[in-house]
Amino acid sequence: MTALLILPLLVPFALPALARRALDRLTPAVALWTVTGSAVALAGCTLAALGAFVLTGLLQLPFFAALGELIRPLHTASDRFVLPLAVVSVGGLAVCAWTFTRSALRQIRAFRAARTAAGRGPAAGDLCVVDSPGADAYALPGRPHRIVVTTGMLRSLDGAEREALFAHERAHNAGGHHYFLAAAELAAHCHPALGRVRDVIRLAVERVADEAAASAVGDRRLTARAIARAALAGRGGGVERPAFVPGAVSGPVPRRVEALLAVPAAGRRAGAWVAVLLAACAAVSCVASATGVIDFHHRVEVAQGEAER
Amino acid sequence: MADAKDERRPAGELEASVMAALWAAGAPQTPGQVQRSLGTDLARTTVTTILTRLHDKGVVHRHRQGRGFAYVPVQDAQGLTAKRMHSELDRDSDRETALARFVAQLGPDDERILRELLEADEQPGG
Repeated sequence: MTALLILPLLVPFALPALARRALDRLTPAVALWTVTGSAVALAGCTLAALGAFVLTGLLQLPFFAALGELIRPLHTASDRFVLPLAVVSVGGLAVCAWTFTRSALRQIRAFRAARTAAGRGPAAGDLCVVDSPGADAYALPGRPHRIVVTTGMLRSLDGAEREALFAHERAHNAGGHHYFLAAAELAAHCHPALGRVRDVIRLAVERVADEAAASAVGDRRLTARAIARAALAGRGGGVERPAFVPGAVSGPVPRRVEALLAVPAAGRRAGAWVAVLLAACAAVSCVASATGVIDFHHRVEVAQGEAER
Repeated sequence: MADAKDERRPAGELEASVMAALWAAGAPQTPGQVQRSLGTDLARTTVTTILTRLHDKGVVHRHRQGRGFAYVPVQDAQGLTAKRMHSELDRDSDRETALARFVAQLGPDDERILRELLEADEQPGG
């Protein structure tokens, strides 16, 4: 049982490398879905495993054993092994909960501030203009969806480039990319290795929006130029915004521009194995943690005298 | 030549494009100027219609220029007042006299604020 539950804690370390390969080899949209899906699955399994360790540790204590109506001691591998694991798990879960709550509160505050700021300015269609010399642009989810652009950004692009920028931001809103970013943020708080996967998901979201913008304006070079110019204009200071709000100039811009200028590969069959590996990681993690938790439940029932050994 | 694809885009997107062009220009724009600075191939009549709609919504301000209107985006209430003062001054043939009279009629508080603004403006440069 212990070995099975340790597996979900180890699998996430393989994910960052796989996720990067997935983004290189798969179409951005497929990569975004598979990477986010597996990251969320692994995060859930990590939490389940940590939770099982904590409960195992607690049930060794007489008070909790009485509370759980155990009539005989819980049968576990070895106290030398289980108790330190439980202590580490409690620490891990506490850190996870603390950083997550802090980050969630900060983001909600930033999001409210951004919505208020966007509501204050004049709106035309879905566009909110913020009168500020700093160049910045981002998609602001909510009802209705908005795209927020500073006057500094508008002035540093020409008409066609502005269209490409707007198409990029609208793609973020239409694709619900803030859900992916929020999921990535959540997963990153559950396991340290998933923090690097979050960066891959952020880049994938931008690539998806870039491709959508390129097909909306029908010109890959123009989109690449708009992204590059926006990034150059936006260097050094912008408007503060929550991390789950996708911006036009987030992520490694040179890579995005390079990808836009490259001719899209016709056959992406070669990348299928990365998707399979990602799915396999998620499956292994889920099966291991589910089996581990079921086994733990059975042991508790045995200790409660409700089930046969 | 108007491109059919651009004409068919949702009204909200066209309004956003026109508004962006107005903000990017930073000076009052006629529908012709807006049409030229747009990245899309919209007919001038379409641009005029969109500008009129934006004006009805109160997000752009317009004043007569020649035979048509010139449009500026409405900022906030204060920005709007400043714009109105500018356009009043522009309308007067003798701008200097109008400005001199305006300053002469300012109250002591207004005068103090104006002086502070001018001093703050001079400091960073020199």
